[in-house]
Amino acid sequence: MRPGHGEVVVAEGDVEVPHEERELIEAFRRQLDEGLWAAVPKTTNNGRREASMVKSFDEIPRHAERVIFFPRAAGGAR
Amino acid sequence: MLLALCATGIVVGALLAEVLIPRIDDLLERRRARRARGESGLVGYDPGRERRAEQRALQLLRSCVNDEEWSMYRDLGFLRVWGRGDGYAYLIYPHKPIVAFVPQTRELLNEYCVEFPDLSRPYGSARLPDSDDVLAKWMALTGDEHGLIRRANMHQPGRQVDPRQVRRDLWRLSQWERDSRRTWAGDLRGEPDARGRPGR
Repeated sequence: MRPGHGEVVVAEGDVEVPHEERELIEAFRRQLDEGLWAAVPKTTNNGRREASMVKSFDEIPRHAERVIFFPRAAGGAR
Repeated sequence: MLLALCATGIVVGALLAEVLIPRIDDLLERRRARRARGESGLVGYDPGRERRAEQRALQLLRSCVNDEEWSMYRDLGFLRVWGRGDGYAYLIYPHKPIVAFVPQTRELLNEYCVEFPDLSRPYGSARLPDSDDVLAKWMALTGDEHGLIRRANMHQPGRQVDPRQVRRDLWRLSQWERDSRRTWAGDLRGEPDARGRPGR
């Protein structure tokens, strides 16, 4: 997610293909280096939808379809 | 004769200057303005960009939350997220504080003011589309509730969101849930729903 733009595709690839996985890892690190948070939407065992916040590429489930990057939260109006 | 010609030439030149100088000034002014707009990056401003961004944000939100939450947001304009602990929940509004409340009593607990600023352009940067703001809050709350609450500025209810509006929204939510349950039960029996739509 980018302010003023909405959803922008950062990178696409298959983690089972080594060179594509490397590109995905680099793209992931770039986003985190820019200060963004990363989350993976998922369905829990009881059918509820929720997100997992991930801080490293290893934390992303291999079967995850996507990772959503969004600006870090900060305290709002005082 | 020569003197007359010179005088006529001077008069014609003065008249032409009177007519042409404002036009030349105008042209130069427009050129300067065009150049300035080009340097500030405002050329090509697209008034439909935000609308398209919101459309994309809606689709992204829809793909992340479940059907009930999506219908809730579509129909009511906010999302309810249950807290990790017992007996409390949150209302998520676009670009407004998150409101914590007790579902059983509808008591309002706190407002959590939180933003998702563009750190790469801290001054005057654009903000997330409405539905992206809701999705960001939803992901942060469901993924790391305590982390988000720690970062937020906590206030008593009523600081930014009118408590009467929140109570009205909680009442609307209860009505909406009642209708949804009735529709769901009607679907199971194949009856028309509360809005007269045939059951599935």
